[in-house]
Amino acid sequence: MSHIVIDKNKCKACYLCIKECPKKLIKISTETNNLGNRVVEFDDPKNECLGCAMCATRCPDLAITEVYRG
Amino acid sequence: MATQVFKIPDSFKKDAKYSFCPGCDHGVAVRLVGEVLDELGVRENTILAASIGCSVTIYDFLNIDAIEAPHGRAMAEATGVKRARPDKFVFTYQGDGDFASIGLAESLNAALRGENISAICINNTTYGMTGGQLGPTTLVGQVTTTSPTGRNVEYYGYPIKIAEHIALCDGTAFSARVSLDTVANIKKAKQAIKKAFEVQIKGLGLGFVEILSTCPTNWKMTPEQAHERVRNEMMKTFVPGIYKDVTSAV
Amino acid sequence: MTQCMTDKKVLTKGNYAIAQAAILAGCECYFGYPITPQSEIGEYMSGKMQELNRGYVSAESELAAINMVIGACSTGAKAMTSSSSCAVSLMQEGLSYATSDQLPVVLVSVMRGGPGLGNIYPSQGDYFQSTKGGGNGDYKLIVLAPSTVQECVDLTYKAFYLAHKYRNPTVLLADGLLGQMMEPVEFKEYPYPEIDNSIWALTGAKGRDGRVIRSYAPLAEDQCVFLEKLYQKYKTIEENETEWEEIGTEDADVILVSFGSTSRNVKTAVKMCREKGIKAGLLRPITLYPFPNNRLKELAKKAKKFIVVEVNMGQMVNDVKLAVNGEVPVELIHKPVGAPPAPEEILEKIEELL
Repeated sequence: MSHIVIDKNKCKACYLCIKECPKKLIKISTETNNLGNRVVEFDDPKNECLGCAMCATRCPDLAITEVYRG
Repeated sequence: MATQVFKIPDSFKKDAKYSFCPGCDHGVAVRLVGEVLDELGVRENTILAASIGCSVTIYDFLNIDAIEAPHGRAMAEATGVKRARPDKFVFTYQGDGDFASIGLAESLNAALRGENISAICINNTTYGMTGGQLGPTTLVGQVTTTSPTGRNVEYYGYPIKIAEHIALCDGTAFSARVSLDTVANIKKAKQAIKKAFEVQIKGLGLGFVEILSTCPTNWKMTPEQAHERVRNEMMKTFVPGIYKDVTSAV
Repeated sequence: MTQCMTDKKVLTKGNYAIAQAAILAGCECYFGYPITPQSEIGEYMSGKMQELNRGYVSAESELAAINMVIGACSTGAKAMTSSSSCAVSLMQEGLSYATSDQLPVVLVSVMRGGPGLGNIYPSQGDYFQSTKGGGNGDYKLIVLAPSTVQECVDLTYKAFYLAHKYRNPTVLLADGLLGQMMEPVEFKEYPYPEIDNSIWALTGAKGRDGRVIRSYAPLAEDQCVFLEKLYQKYKTIEENETEWEEIGTEDADVILVSFGSTSRNVKTAVKMCREKGIKAGLLRPITLYPFPNNRLKELAKKAKKFIVVEVNMGQMVNDVKLAVNGEVPVELIHKPVGAPPAPEEILEKIEELL
């Protein structure tokens, strides 16, 4: 099952990944990390993730640390 | 069974946490460098000449040997490393101010000598670490803290097109300008970095990549607006492309 | 130019002697930019290093040259540059960094007239530049001052040794006279042990984590710890490496203090003094840093007067005054620039001062 792993404490809330996801599976969460940032979260209830890694490729902070496909 | 298609490069330190501002493309560039080091299998044979500016922090993230050069001197220090240890993989990672203003003599001369090293230059059209002053690549019309009414050429002169200058040097094996504004361009950037590293490994001369990058903090833009600026303004003056590649058939 | 180890004496110019000694010391890389009166060093190196398959670059500037040396030294290599006065000024940034990076940089500084472009006559006007540092921050360079062409050889060997032993930039401070004069010299085998640099040198992080040679210390506490450690090292250097020559100081009423090429004429002047019944002696610092403070202090208990002779407007005289700390009067005989004053001239001035 394709999915991504987010290291929330690395997220700087630039939200570039949100635009990048072709399936719109990343959104701003209600959570604040130890940097004081409203971090993003991966929300894929219907298992739509393609494992395309566009989000991780775009993320300038290595906050999306792993992407799995298949 | 899912296969992993993305991971933190092995060449990174385990606890690496970027200190760049939100949306700064330095983070992408450093990651690409790490990925290319992984793919070429050269981490354990690499010596980096780090620079001054936001770029200096690269040695906090990559798990490689590094010497920190004074401002503008990374190409000279890389030259010294390579001449002393020709079997090592040697590269610099510099900003445009470091590479093309205070270090322009060192950069061009290393290219003219055909030093067998690689150089990455991050072009964000400003001095980022000191708070957004006019730099060698500041665009005509661009407002900075030291060009408060915008860069007018009568008063401030013109920005430098780095990749073109380096390509003009006979000792250059590869010179390209890439950008990080889209995922597709990030992929192209990685290919260029790889090529710039490979020409060194093949002993062909200097490998150089100028990377158009964002500085949302000093540009006073959101990360997204910053990428639009790269696309709509920077790329007009700094046209992406491969300006020299001695490995391609003419 | 002959170039081989030899027990026979050969007639050699100072600059060539330094270059040849560097080769024999195992110098792996030379980076330099021409400037009179030391250009022969780079000229000699350009051919020899290539022949020996070692590193040589005609650098684009002295700024680049010193930084190339830093790069080479960061890998543990023996590397050097050479220059003169106004161009050594351009290297001060690099020297400050190299000291903070704790790198074994060797710089041959062949002094000429200053300030500014000055002229190409011999001078000792860069005593301050070498011993006090022209770069930023708290640091010291080890400074060796030859007075003969033979010492140019011996102290070049020593410069490489001390630089690597203490991981500190080391300067061979010669002058235009020593660089250009010819004397018979012997090139013996490099007499010092090789220093193991495997714990710090950059080799590519094979089987280990990366190491960074850096001077950037963003936290004030880190910089405090580093500087205390650095100055602990300088204390060790001062205790172990201070070197000087003394002639006739045992019973001297007047102690002449002089270094480098100038000290040769002072030596003769001391002899002339003795012939005239003046109880004169000479103390010649061979290391300008570390400076023979303690010995000068001891001598100040017995002697009635110190006279410093130097070719500048009076630089080392300040250090002598600090060393004797008011115990005895310290006078200065000097010439602003050019060949050292003749022994007769020195004698005459000594007599005036007594």
